[in-house]
Amino acid sequence: METIIREDTPKTPFVRLDGEKGFVEIKGRSIPENSVDFYKPLIDWIDQYAKSPQENTVINIQLEYFNTSSSKCILDIFKKLELLHKKGHKVQVNWYYEEDDEDMFEAGEDYQSIINLPFKMIEMEE
Amino acid sequence: MVDIRMGFNLEEWYAHKLQGDVILKHVGSISPEMITHALDAVETHSQFKHQRLQTRKKLYNVFVECMQNLYHHVDPPPADLSVEGTSNFGIVIVVQDGSFFRITTGNFINRSKVSFIKDRIEQLNSLSDEEVRLLYRDILGNESISEKGGGGLGMLDIVRKTGNKLEYFLYPYDEEHVFFSLDVYIS
Repeated sequence: METIIREDTPKTPFVRLDGEKGFVEIKGRSIPENSVDFYKPLIDWIDQYAKSPQENTVINIQLEYFNTSSSKCILDIFKKLELLHKKGHKVQVNWYYEEDDEDMFEAGEDYQSIINLPFKMIEMEE
Repeated sequence: MVDIRMGFNLEEWYAHKLQGDVILKHVGSISPEMITHALDAVETHSQFKHQRLQTRKKLYNVFVECMQNLYHHVDPPPADLSVEGTSNFGIVIVVQDGSFFRITTGNFINRSKVSFIKDRIEQLNSLSDEEVRLLYRDILGNESISEKGGGGLGMLDIVRKTGNKLEYFLYPYDEEHVFFSLDVYIS
């Protein structure tokens, strides 16, 4: 499956979707005015990936900032992966947050409360 | 920008809101480019850079939501208003006032939206911190994205991150327009 890499911009994150490794990475800032435009191709990719996934799928989310518009799209990604998990595939979410960034920690907790996926909270030192 | 209608004076309102150390002020079109520029201006400002991480992050995040709320929801200003003619006219001010940062936004809305905005803010202001958190999770998990992509979470996110009540005024301007003034405090 094709690997997609999107470089970061002032309002959108770096993204790496690697089908061969079963690895998804979203890193940086996600604050676009219209998040659907940005995330729809990524969600479509996950749909395709889910048709013949790797045994293990890992998603790293390491966001510095994200807006409420992005929060819905990130949830949509998790929901796609939740389906994969329900079908018996291994999925691991790694949620990174900076030390002292309570809001980003709580955002991780929000997702944990909504989706049923193995979810690891990883604190990064400043 | 001088205009007085039904007792509301935009220039006086603006001057009043500039009290404190002004970090950013913008009067005019609210566009994605303007938002990018404003975020950069705040982030590189010395008074922002000297804050601790948590305050910086809160201020930045709340500022994003405030401006994108404006971008998605402003109505065209009154035709007779002597501002640079633009259909997405808004005012954004960031000041530091002692230990607080204040983000002020001002924009015109149609009278028909007054009840909706008032009810929405009053509802949010009536909730405890825990209720805000639970409502946020409920909306995040259950409601689909609106056509404007806002997801209905913007104001709620502002209340949650600041832990403060929203201060707002709705000033009647003419038969059609009301000026919506919003102050958000971050400590």
